[in-house]
Amino acid sequence: MTQTAIVDELRKQFGSDTFGRQETGDGIPTVWTTKERAREVLGYLKTEAERPYKMLYDLTAIDERVRRVRQDQSPSDFTLVYHLLSFERNEDVRLKIPLMERTASLPTITDLWPAANWYEREVWDLFGITFAGHPHLRRILTPPTWQGHPLRKDHPARATEMGRFYLPEDRQEAEEAALKFRPEEWGMKRSRETSDFMFLNMGPAHTGTHGILRLVLQLDEERIVDVVPDIGYHHRGAEKMGERQTWHTFIPYTDRIDYLGGVMNELPYVLAVEKLAGINVPDRAKVIRVMMAEFFRLASHLVWYGTFAQDVGQLSPVFYMFTDRERIFHIVEAICGGRMHPEWFRIGGVAQDLPEGWDKLVREFLDYLPPRLAEYDDMVMRNAIFKARTQGVGRYSTEEAIEWGVTGPGLRATGFEWDFRKQRPYSGYDQFEFDIPIAQHGDCYDRAVVRVEEMRQSLRIIEQCLNHMPDGPYKADHPLTTPPIKERTMHDIETLITHFLSVSWGPVIPAGEAFVGIEATKGSNGYYLVSDGTPWPYRVRIRTPSFPHMQMVPLISRGLLLADLLAILGSVDFVLADVDR
Amino acid sequence: MNETASTLLIIAGVLVTLLTLSALLIWLERRLLGFWQERYGPNRVGPFGLLQVVADMIKIFMKEDWVPPFADKAVFVIAPAVIIVTILMSFAVVPFTPSIVVADLNVGLLFFLAMSSLSAYSVVLAGWASNNKYSLLGGLRASAQMLSYEVFMGLSLMGVVMLAGSFSLRDIVAAQQGVWFCIPQVLGFIIFLIAGLAETKRVPFDIPEAEAELVAGFHTEYSGMKFGMFFVGEYLGIILISAMITVLFFGGWQGPWLPPVVWFSIKTFLFICLFILLRAALPRLRFDQLMTFGWKVMLPLALVNLTVTGALVLVGHPPE
Repeated sequence: MTQTAIVDELRKQFGSDTFGRQETGDGIPTVWTTKERAREVLGYLKTEAERPYKMLYDLTAIDERVRRVRQDQSPSDFTLVYHLLSFERNEDVRLKIPLMERTASLPTITDLWPAANWYEREVWDLFGITFAGHPHLRRILTPPTWQGHPLRKDHPARATEMGRFYLPEDRQEAEEAALKFRPEEWGMKRSRETSDFMFLNMGPAHTGTHGILRLVLQLDEERIVDVVPDIGYHHRGAEKMGERQTWHTFIPYTDRIDYLGGVMNELPYVLAVEKLAGINVPDRAKVIRVMMAEFFRLASHLVWYGTFAQDVGQLSPVFYMFTDRERIFHIVEAICGGRMHPEWFRIGGVAQDLPEGWDKLVREFLDYLPPRLAEYDDMVMRNAIFKARTQGVGRYSTEEAIEWGVTGPGLRATGFEWDFRKQRPYSGYDQFEFDIPIAQHGDCYDRAVVRVEEMRQSLRIIEQCLNHMPDGPYKADHPLTTPPIKERTMHDIETLITHFLSVSWGPVIPAGEAFVGIEATKGSNGYYLVSDGTPWPYRVRIRTPSFPHMQMVPLISRGLLLADLLAILGSVDFVLADVDR
Repeated sequence: MNETASTLLIIAGVLVTLLTLSALLIWLERRLLGFWQERYGPNRVGPFGLLQVVADMIKIFMKEDWVPPFADKAVFVIAPAVIIVTILMSFAVVPFTPSIVVADLNVGLLFFLAMSSLSAYSVVLAGWASNNKYSLLGGLRASAQMLSYEVFMGLSLMGVVMLAGSFSLRDIVAAQQGVWFCIPQVLGFIIFLIAGLAETKRVPFDIPEAEAELVAGFHTEYSGMKFGMFFVGEYLGIILISAMITVLFFGGWQGPWLPPVVWFSIKTFLFICLFILLRAALPRLRFDQLMTFGWKVMLPLALVNLTVTGALVLVGHPPE
């Protein structure tokens, strides 16, 4: 069901001829306006509208130049897509701006939303659309020396299309020189009246950054004056890959976006595809999905728990938590065959039915973990030194969180009860009983409190899955279910043909657009899919939680000590592949 | 002549024992940590993995002796030697038994304090000479840490000196014939234990090397045997502090039935295990928190301990 109230409101405010209206598969009101009006409309939606759209949830673009099916859309070479979220309405709105290739430029909105900074840099980097007035419009995901804009349709998608790669010495030196940090480019001073600042290059390979992340720190002794995160070292072009994989064969790639989240990443993708295809998933498949997703929430939180304690210098917890995670992987392996990246959800259901004896494994685990969690409370959460290191460090308010696009435990730690599983139940979450843990101060410690409690809630959900697992098929009886149901293939030729085509080419998903966002391990993860009626997606946009969270790190680190930055990085719980995709 | 020979024998014996022990301690720590962390630890080389240390030693000796081209070479080479030398020197005054002591100085305790202050230079110099920002930060933290704990470390021991009436460590042990000083000097003991943790740069005071933020802190640029010397120096430091706790607060070699050297070893061993257990249990403080803790909590406590002990000694034994 499309909510139309906001479209009428906008037409009333700005005149009905200003907005074109587009129907999408996800029911999110999608309106088109011109680039001249974009800022004005966004400003209205953010501040003046009744029950405003406070969060810039996503900002991306589509290269429309070779798209065939474009009903009720304005003609354009590129389309800029603003995705806003209103917590008060519990509604989204999508604003689309048509751009022509020669004049692909529009004013920045970084003054409206600070979070737009990185999103606009990303759009410029990957599409070559410029934003007038942006403070640092430079490449963010690709190296500074990169030629071209990768998400344009005329940019090659494979290394084999790009000619051989050579790295002679002079080029290597040039690449290295391009990575040198120049404080002046970021408006930083090298010294103040009494002393010089130290610029410390933390990363890309550093023990405390949990992956290949580079943070350039401006230090006054050990006090952090400013931080410039340099991301993109983990960029693998997941969105571009989506355009050359079939709908089905892209699933394994999603596992590796938030590589601690496993099947949790597959969920928003298959949900979005199912929305486009109009597939209703049977109950059993839904509950299996929920159960596995919650197992991965536990696994991810356990890794976070241990490494966070290690970031503040506690040596032992990480070993306990990895032992527990191993138990989870034991169950995951028994059910899916894989461990960290089981690539197990399918369009229309899951890959296989649950194996015999799965319930015993799950029940053993449900008895095993709670006493261990209680032990960890004593070891970590109630430890006086741990508290001293994390309480009051890296604080932000609910308003700041919303302003910067923070979702997930980081948002709930500020006292704002918002969980997509409750607010916008998907995959049958409305059938489960669980609480949304929140905390009040929004500091490193409170983010930990929320996650630790979330683990107990996940156990509750898993227990309900175990006790009430419905019978029935694990795959939808729908022609687009992939791989298709095979039972009748040997009985009638039509099913055989459908099966053959669907397995060899992959399903042809009807043209359209759909977005699904879920409450993933680290915040809201969403897939915005554009289909052109082909066996592969036309555009795959992956909105990950870690990207805006990482963007916020400088804001909450300023004025603190170097050791605090490690506590903050640990408490934010990002995965670099989730930042860079 | 005979006396010289026996002294030389003691020196050699102490040296060999200490260096062997500190190597074994590496194995012990890894096994104990493994035990406390639900894993095995090194158990492949030799019985119970005991020869792991030998394997590590062979490896570390075979490594290229590399000095970074940007480092201050002379200081870079001297720094790791300083820590070994000063700690081994401290052992000279430790009375292991009534007869085994290298040098029974009448200012033994002061000598120990002096040497432990000197050993801090090793870290500061290593951090400075490496010419690396992480090492420098580690070195700076080490000097801030030293300034914070040295003061209350010395003060915490003055109660013991008052009770024993001597700076000689042998006299201090002898003075604990009736009751060990850990009873009347319980506050002094706790303060010294904490200072000792800071002295050896062990968790929760491993701030100068803080591997999460400073990579490896002051010894980031070190490799091969020079790194090995820091490593051995750390374990020698643990043995030293444990031995000092035994001597100053737990009656040294004293105890019934067993020979003195056994008693001394048992007590020292227990404190070594305590150090390792703390490492398995605690997170790390921030260096400003350590300084605040040192100056605002530990120093006043040490002063209170000093005053109260002094008053009680005065009441008990009024000056003639």
